[in-house]
Amino acid sequence: MLGFIIQRFLQAVVVMAVMSVIVFCGVYAIGNPIDIVIPPEATEDIRAEAIRRLGLDRPLYEQYFIFVGNLLQGDLGRSFVYNIPVLELIGGRLPATLELVLISVVSATVLGVSLGIYAGYRPDSWVSKTIMAVSVLGFSVPSFWVGLILILFFAVHLGWLPAGGRGDTVEIWGVAWSFPTLDGLSHIVLPAANLALFKLAMMIRLARAGTREIMLTDTIKFARAAGLSEATILRRHLLKLISIPIITVFGLELGSTLAFAVVTETIFSWPGVGKLIIDSITVLDRPVMVAYLIIVAFLFVTINFVIDLVFALIDPRVRHGASA
Amino acid sequence: MTEPVLSVKNLSTHFFTRGGVVKAVDGVSFDLARGEIMGLVGESGSGKTVTGFSLIGLVDAPGRIVEGSVKLNGTELTTLSEKAMRTRRGNEISMIFQDPIATLNPMLTIGQQMKLAIDAHERLSPQAAEARSAELLTQVGIPSAKARLRAYPHEFSGGMRQRVAIAIALLHRPAVIVADEPTTALDVSIQAQILFQMRDLARETGTAMIWISHDLAVVSSLASKLAVMYAGRIVEQGPTATLLRDPRHPYTAGLIASLPAMAKPGTPLTQIPGSTPSLLSLPPGCPFAPRCDHADDVCKTAPALTMQGNRGWRCYHPVGQDAGVPA
Amino acid sequence: MSNTSTPLRRFWAEFRENKIAVVALVVVVVLILLALFASLVSPQNPYDLANLSLMDSRRPPGFVGTGGYTHILGTDPQGRDLLSAILYGLRISIQIGLAAGFVSLTIGTTLGILAAYVGGRVEALIMRLVDLQLSFPAILLALVIVALLGQGKAQLIGALVAAQYAYFARTAYGAAKAERGKDYIEAALATPLSARLVVWRHMLPNCTPPLIVVATVQIANSISLEATLSFLGLGLPVTEPSLGMLISNGFPYMMSGRYWISVYPGVALIILIFAINIVGDQVRDQFNPRLRK
Repeated sequence: MLGFIIQRFLQAVVVMAVMSVIVFCGVYAIGNPIDIVIPPEATEDIRAEAIRRLGLDRPLYEQYFIFVGNLLQGDLGRSFVYNIPVLELIGGRLPATLELVLISVVSATVLGVSLGIYAGYRPDSWVSKTIMAVSVLGFSVPSFWVGLILILFFAVHLGWLPAGGRGDTVEIWGVAWSFPTLDGLSHIVLPAANLALFKLAMMIRLARAGTREIMLTDTIKFARAAGLSEATILRRHLLKLISIPIITVFGLELGSTLAFAVVTETIFSWPGVGKLIIDSITVLDRPVMVAYLIIVAFLFVTINFVIDLVFALIDPRVRHGASA
Repeated sequence: MTEPVLSVKNLSTHFFTRGGVVKAVDGVSFDLARGEIMGLVGESGSGKTVTGFSLIGLVDAPGRIVEGSVKLNGTELTTLSEKAMRTRRGNEISMIFQDPIATLNPMLTIGQQMKLAIDAHERLSPQAAEARSAELLTQVGIPSAKARLRAYPHEFSGGMRQRVAIAIALLHRPAVIVADEPTTALDVSIQAQILFQMRDLARETGTAMIWISHDLAVVSSLASKLAVMYAGRIVEQGPTATLLRDPRHPYTAGLIASLPAMAKPGTPLTQIPGSTPSLLSLPPGCPFAPRCDHADDVCKTAPALTMQGNRGWRCYHPVGQDAGVPA
Repeated sequence: MSNTSTPLRRFWAEFRENKIAVVALVVVVVLILLALFASLVSPQNPYDLANLSLMDSRRPPGFVGTGGYTHILGTDPQGRDLLSAILYGLRISIQIGLAAGFVSLTIGTTLGILAAYVGGRVEALIMRLVDLQLSFPAILLALVIVALLGQGKAQLIGALVAAQYAYFARTAYGAAKAERGKDYIEAALATPLSARLVVWRHMLPNCTPPLIVVATVQIANSISLEATLSFLGLGLPVTEPSLGMLISNGFPYMMSGRYWISVYPGVALIILIFAINIVGDQVRDQFNPRLRK
């Protein structure tokens, strides 16, 4: 068990190192950041001075080590545009994104798994067929389009819910959150629904496929042959068995939803990191882009690591280090 | 003779697929006495497993029992409601499967799985349930049973897992166990152990058993009577010794001739030419006719069951009759 | 099913049984034809500034403009006939989707088969990279690449390819690897048959069915991703408005009730993607032996 954790931890560290190289080379080595910092009419001297100050005259590997050295000390540079430390900038926006992502993924999972299990358990009923048709639609419709329609219908046409912003927030441990206030909650409903819809479709398909497969296994047949009721079979056998693929995908989705929040936050003017990165990309604020990618990669790796730990807790085969 | 525990009459289970009706089980009849072991032999696709599932009322869609009767201790099972059938499954009739790795849930301990099977039919205190589970594990030959209840399936070997499955099937002392090739996936040495343990258990507890297998050699060492299935029908049945010594149906004769033990050392094994027909496009008449040396025009209509004492066969040209009157 | 027919004909016979999939296929074909002949069927050339009049901008569906004809779907903020803009936009979206799909298919398949065929360190390197990339969301990758490369059709296709080739590589690798392990390939390699022949005659054909399935899904995804990027203002230059950009252009007017500028291009986009996905689903079901009964 301990060996397993150490092995996974080392893997995570290696992935993180590779990601930092890719991100650094990708963003810093392509193009010339100097053109953004220095006005085009500046003299050669000012230009050379700026290049030296930013360390751009050194070889690439040296720049990389300086970058990593700073990174390990928690220094991700200063934003060209806002001129404040990037970490502070992103840190201030991250809670808004995390709040949105968590609410979306958790609700999509709970709802999607329930609907998917039903559709997989009774694949021929018309309810299941409706569920599946909706899920194909949810898969096909681009996320930004769903956002537009939600705004058009609930905010413009019905006027029930606000179309943008975070609404009232409450400070908990020095961080602002929307979900504890009624106004904040009303602001979060539409963006969360927007973000959740695609994930919902995915969870439905996954849970349905898993259920169909598991219901055909000998484990279920044997349980039926032993006289277990269908309710017990679903509760004790199916839920346990389906939890493995669901948790895997839950972890992956948490990460990808974080990325997809970019679109949703732009549509609903949600002041999270996604909106920040779009703004930074349009003005080519490189430190912010790099920091965002590094942080997203870090969250990704951390989530995967935690998921591995959860596996070790729930799956006896992993816990005992047995080979599958 | 006393009333049989299980009496199957003219059982037919068909699958209604897009390609047509598959007659997986077609007019199967047999009786089983208390403590008796019957071997149900046939190639894969002959309908023996579907017969097993029909008996415990677990035929998956698009299949269903279209006619016939299954009487367990005098109760007709085919017309029971699903709820009433469930109270008998695992309680009066249970089933074990081929692959012990696939039957047990890897996420639950052995004790939890046995508890679920107990709770399905009885209200026992946790202590009593544990005692009962441990007792059965000991009975099927699992050492330090009490401690093993806390173990997960992956901590057992294949043979041990199958013993656990057998213990679960025996929890409520059923009158009948349907065993679907339970030793096929195991090593030969373990196969023999489990085989004889099952025979002893059947003898001690009075549980009757239907042992489904494609392997005539395995079944004949265990069962007191045999039923040979081909293309959904029982083509021959009778006491094991009689059938082995003096088969009537050419298919049975072919199966016996292809047993390695029957071959002279150094000579090739006998084979039955051709392969099992698709159940979708069965020829009218005797399904074995296309592979049979004795087939002629009569075989184009289905042969009826010929009974002789305690044995029977479905063939117009039975073999071996000049060997004299069977015992 | 008749047994005298070619595999293709058998495939079609089975496909035809699903009426919804047939309708979806017809829709896809019609949309492609409309896009192909956009300049012939649309009432106006939306790129010709001489045709546009600001008097006609943001008019509702059914408005008769200065051109003297009815704008069936209304006009956009520049006074373009929306139907014409949609048809031309459809053309760009389909172009980009197909181009990105085929380039990804080529690169991904080559890498996947190379990894499976060569094995060893090359295999480890390629597949590690592919797996790492697959765990990273495609949209983020595309976003960053577009930001770095700048705007333009080629850059956009490059970003979409970078974001999607990994799916093809994974699929081709899986299928080719399974074939590589089979005895007949070993046998073929032992004979003086050239390696190229083994790859072309044996490995590639076995990868084809899963690759077709992935390709349909990924073309739909490319179109969707392109629309998303264009909506975020990071896709194509304004001179070549794809469906995503038309939607984006109409977004600010939505709040004031001028819904049609965004909604109609969106409807066209969804019909296109939905239809491709339904066709893809049916093809997948037909290729999946486990669902066959």
